[in-house]
Amino acid sequence: MPFELFVAVRYLRDQPFQTGLILSGIGVGVGVIIFLSALITGLQVSIIDRTLGSQAQVFVRPIEEAPRIHPPRGAELLATTVERPPQRVRSIDGWQEVEALLLRSPGVTGAAPTVTGPAFAVRGLGSIALSVRGIELESYRSIVDVESRLVEGNFDLAGFNVVVGTELVRQLGVSLGGRVRIQAAGDRGGVYTISGIFDYNSVTLNESLVFISLRGAQTLFGIPGGVSAIEVKGRDVFEAEALAEQIRDRTGLVAESWMEQNGDLLTGLRSQSMSSIMIQVFVILAVALGIASVLAVSVAQKAREIGILRATGTPSGSVTRIFFIQGGILGGLGSLFGIALGIVLALFFASVARNPDGSATFPVALTPLLYGRSALIAIGVGLLAAVLPAREASRLDPATAIRNG
Amino acid sequence: MADHPVAVLQAWDIRKTYGERVVTEVLKGIDFELASREFCALTGPSGCGKTTFLNLAGLLDRQTEGRILLDGEDVGPLSDEERTTLRGTKLGFVFQFHHLLPAFTALENVMMPLVARHGRKTPAMSDKASYLLDEVGLADRERYKVTDLSGGQQQRVAIARALVVDPMLVLADEPTGNLDTESSAQVMELLKAFNERAGTAFLIVTHEESIAAHCRRVVHMVDGVIDSDRVVV
Repeated sequence: MPFELFVAVRYLRDQPFQTGLILSGIGVGVGVIIFLSALITGLQVSIIDRTLGSQAQVFVRPIEEAPRIHPPRGAELLATTVERPPQRVRSIDGWQEVEALLLRSPGVTGAAPTVTGPAFAVRGLGSIALSVRGIELESYRSIVDVESRLVEGNFDLAGFNVVVGTELVRQLGVSLGGRVRIQAAGDRGGVYTISGIFDYNSVTLNESLVFISLRGAQTLFGIPGGVSAIEVKGRDVFEAEALAEQIRDRTGLVAESWMEQNGDLLTGLRSQSMSSIMIQVFVILAVALGIASVLAVSVAQKAREIGILRATGTPSGSVTRIFFIQGGILGGLGSLFGIALGIVLALFFASVARNPDGSATFPVALTPLLYGRSALIAIGVGLLAAVLPAREASRLDPATAIRNG
Repeated sequence: MADHPVAVLQAWDIRKTYGERVVTEVLKGIDFELASREFCALTGPSGCGKTTFLNLAGLLDRQTEGRILLDGEDVGPLSDEERTTLRGTKLGFVFQFHHLLPAFTALENVMMPLVARHGRKTPAMSDKASYLLDEVGLADRERYKVTDLSGGQQQRVAIARALVVDPMLVLADEPTGNLDTESSAQVMELLKAFNERAGTAFLIVTHEESIAAHCRRVVHMVDGVIDSDRVVV
């Protein structure tokens, strides 16, 4: 065993109360970091999952129609008001090429052409406003896991089949296999059979969102062969804005990220992350001060012994290393206690707070990466906290230290 | 060790002062030489500068003026780290209050200077420390923590520690100052035996005449200067 490790370990073992106390302090600190991180990350993953469970990360759409003004030949035009034309469902020109380009783009993991437009569901005297989404199931499942939301039937969009939400069937008083008329603008519409029912855990989505086949939507909205959007999934959900910008640059089309569409959500997530980071920084600071104070007290207590070690030939570098090793050991062992404490806290919290359906109200994300990061932080803080005490110890004059202790 | 005595410690015109505004001169020009195999007592009343001189000879402090040669090497220009290396290879220390490391066993205390010098423990170091503890009569106490040993036993552990590096010179500062008469006599006999057997030079600071009587040479200091230097026949 190396000399410095031998001495450092012995000194820590020789002061069990002091060592135990600081290990508890570090453990609690790391435990809080693990617990907070797991909780905040879990919550964010859950929120993002709920939000992006029903939508893509980036929407690529045609540029909006601008007002067109035709001045009479040879006459001066005086326009006091210029009105934007009402937006209608339009197709992306050459969408097949755009889709192929997007699929080749770095960071893109999936792309799906869709036709989305407004319509009404009509049954008897009742009608409900809808957002109809025409999809090709094969490409669409590469960006959104729609099938996992099915609670009844299956995701069959062939012919005049439609998949609707739980709230819509309740409102219209229909059930699986029932029929409903879907009416779009321009008197286009048809009677569809309900082949599947989904539940997005959102009353609005469950009421208004319906899925039909891409070809059916093209007919319904009068854009045969066209698509109104290409929905894109990227590798990193938080890189969606950068991906949208890259798509805008490459295609010249409108590309909107989920972040742009959910500004409040993003602000909420960022505020959550910031407050979590702030708490963690202060906890780390408290842990660092704890380790530094214990080591500083140790240097004062062991001054005479350090003097003896120096007098009998121990180099000052070795004395420095003894205290660094102590800092590292305290950080390392403390982080092990902390990881265990954090896991227990997080799992306890998750088991206590439960939704009526049995799922965790506060989902926790406990990952090896989180443990590794916390351990590294604790060891780093331990080493950093040891800098001043170690320097003080190595500068002790042996004769003075032996004489005065 | 050479057959003929050679100078292990030479000091010329050593002066040491403390303080900046109020300057106190503790050593006022010491000329001293110690050869291998010598067993020398440095005596004098409290405050005469004995321990100060011992600290200078042991490279634990630096003189204000004068030159000190250890084994023929001028130690004045050496850096702190070079002085530390010399202390760990050529010098052994025995302090009045033994100054052992309480967290370690007797065996670990003895082998500590070797472990510090070589960077890690080896079985050979353990064997050597064990042998020395046997030599000082503590073979059955080597696994004891030093805090569980009596004062006399602790001082014997300190002697074994001083000898473990095979030093050319052992500097002992009041090695019996904290012991009863019987233990004091045992410690002095032990030091003398090592001096005779290994030829290691000993410089022993003491203010007790009975302890100095064990030595073949007695140097007496008064008020920062050497008052007498006599060989006891």
